Amino acid sequence: MSTTETGNSSTTESAVSGLDYEETQLTLAPPGGSRSELERKRGFSEGVDLSLETKDFLSGSSDEPPKAQVVGWPPVRSFRRNVLKSCTYVKVAVDGTPYLRKVDLEAYAGYQQLLTALEEMFSCFTARNYPNVRRLVDPVNGTEYVPTYEDKDGDWMLIGDVPWKMFVASCKRLRLMKSSEAVDIVVEHIDVHL
Amino acid sequence: MTYFPEEVVEHIFDFLVSHRDRNAVSTVSKAWYQVERLSRRSVFVGNCYAVLPERVMTRFPGMKCLIVKGKPHFADFNLVPHDWGGFALPWIEAAAHGCPGLEKLRLKRMVVSDESLELLARSFPDFKALVLVSCEGFSTDGLAAIATHCRSLRELDLQENEVEDYGRQWLSCFPDSCTSLVSLNFSCLKGEVNGGALERLVARCRNLRGLKLNRAVSVESLIRILDRAPHLVELGTGSLTVDHHTEAYRRMINAFHKCKSLRNLSGFWDVDPRCLQSVYPVCPNLTVLNLSYAPSIQGADQVLDCIGDRGLVVVASTCKQLRELRVFPSDVYGTGTAAVTEEGLVAISSGCSKLNSLLYFCHRMTNAALITVAKNCPGFVRFRLCILDPGKSDPITNQPLDEGFGAIVQSCKDLRRLSLSGLLTDKVFLYIGEYSARLEMLSIAFAGDSDKGMIYVLNGCKNLRKLEIRDSPFGDAALLENVGKYETMRSLWMSSCEVTLGGCKALAAKMPRLNVEVINEWDESDETEENPSDAHKVEKMYVYRTLTGPRNEAPDFVWTL
Repeated sequence: MSTTETGNSSTTESAVSGLDYEETQLTLAPPGGSRSELERKRGFSEGVDLSLETKDFLSGSSDEPPKAQVVGWPPVRSFRRNVLKSCTYVKVAVDGTPYLRKVDLEAYAGYQQLLTALEEMFSCFTARNYPNVRRLVDPVNGTEYVPTYEDKDGDWMLIGDVPWKMFVASCKRLRLMKSSEAVDIVVEHIDVHL
Repeated sequence: MTYFPEEVVEHIFDFLVSHRDRNAVSTVSKAWYQVERLSRRSVFVGNCYAVLPERVMTRFPGMKCLIVKGKPHFADFNLVPHDWGGFALPWIEAAAHGCPGLEKLRLKRMVVSDESLELLARSFPDFKALVLVSCEGFSTDGLAAIATHCRSLRELDLQENEVEDYGRQWLSCFPDSCTSLVSLNFSCLKGEVNGGALERLVARCRNLRGLKLNRAVSVESLIRILDRAPHLVELGTGSLTVDHHTEAYRRMINAFHKCKSLRNLSGFWDVDPRCLQSVYPVCPNLTVLNLSYAPSIQGADQVLDCIGDRGLVVVASTCKQLRELRVFPSDVYGTGTAAVTEEGLVAISSGCSKLNSLLYFCHRMTNAALITVAKNCPGFVRFRLCILDPGKSDPITNQPLDEGFGAIVQSCKDLRRLSLSGLLTDKVFLYIGEYSARLEMLSIAFAGDSDKGMIYVLNGCKNLRKLEIRDSPFGDAALLENVGKYETMRSLWMSSCEVTLGGCKALAAKMPRLNVEVINEWDESDETEENPSDAHKVEKMYVYRTLTGPRNEAPDFVWTL
């Protein structure tokens, strides 16, 4: 009766699309498979997002299929999960505006979503993507802003280099820097990538 | 012994400290039962549904300390529905009537309302200690009542409870006349407390030995507190965000230096790796180090600054007296650089030979590492290993981890609690059944091949009290193999296994002194719910011995067969 284990490990270790997961998942459930759905529902509603994600070195965009989530695994108390979760609110500063905002990085699945949210938050920007460098533009006066962040070491970094999740774990605050000030960072960045 | 006067027998019983010993002597004769029950001061109820509260109060009228546990352990991981039960109020009401001399109450995994806390605060004039662990249902209003009315309070210990924070200045409710506090732990509260009130409270409680702050307490406040109370033995810091370049950091280090009695450290919320260096001076005397809230550090530039395998190497080399270590998965995204592996565990085991209690989350583990750990630390009493990927094999040999865990149970003769993980076959259970003579609690997840695994455990572990199993292929044959065993145990939990409704019914029929609870959370739209057949697999089952029969306040989704 080893099917359960191998079933579980194969679904958690392979990157399957959401649809395939539903069809191939081996569950100890009554006929109809309603239980597995219920489990996942419960998992989501209780904010169980400490999932068994394998290393994800892609951009972490929302195109990624949802990974298999097992209820109550890893066995960490909800109390502790909630405590660990709450430290992802970071301040967002925009050069030239009088007040800062705060965003919860864990609310976004990737860089694109974050930038879109920043766009909406500061409502005057539109995002423009150059290869490797994302910028936001204020259409009224044409000023360009480069999104940067301060990491845990206190260094100011360009957004977008590291995998999304690594970014979430190391970002302490965000700053939309005026392009003119950010030129040095951008040039350095492009040099590094050539 | 029947010729001895009662006073002598009672005096002899005074030397019996453990509940089990006292329970044993009470069964010897009616005379001993009487002497014992009247002289019992501390009562332990491992399962709140095993006995009625009134019966406990009637039997032990001289009770001063009551310990009660409620929900099954897997409730911690959202496997038990929220309103399953475990209410504290009936116990507090019964104690208020039957044992008004109560001085200490300890509750674990129970639902405690503000109403119960208010009743508690007013009913026991000598009340000294309240310990709530993993409880829920109360707010800072209830805490305010305790602070206000419990005049001789020595201990208020709140461990990992879900507390509604109404921002009421509950800490300020301790009157100026309160100087008796020895231990205060409010680390689980989310809101701020009045800093001045906290510092004044610490200053006037000269006997304070344990203090665990919550995240909202600043470094500045911590420094002032440590200055007033350098005699602390247990300390939980608040948020430790301070730049190591600053004056505040230097003052914090000085404050830590003065605390020569520190043996137990925890907290470390938001700690910068360089801040942790302030901890090292006190390290040689530490026996307990809880780094569970310290975030993992990415890309650290110095060996000393990483929590991760490298960080554990440092702990291993400085904390020689360490007895207990818990390492939680703060970085569960698996990006790898700061996660701990088998190397960290091996380092700890070679540096900290006195280690006897371990909770370790990691991404990988090998048999070789476990065998080494077993050799280095034969003194483990609690060994809980969680490899984050269920059913993961030894990454080097691709073998199951049977041999590794086998080495642990063979070497650690005093092992009382064990949690397994990784790829495991029936063989590991053969080892456990054969070697774990003292094992009392076993947690199994995603393990085993067949019924044989569970049977090895039930037949082998003489002292087993709690068995909890999830997502493992054990079915009715295993469940029914040794039904008498369950009356020697506190409880059995099985979820997502192969047990059927018919099997549960058979168990209930054979063993009337067990409550066999089947927990169903089916959709209302599911028509098969109406009359499920006996072949229907049971999602969650909780079996426990009881004197009370089926509980009458069980919610609808719980069927007691």
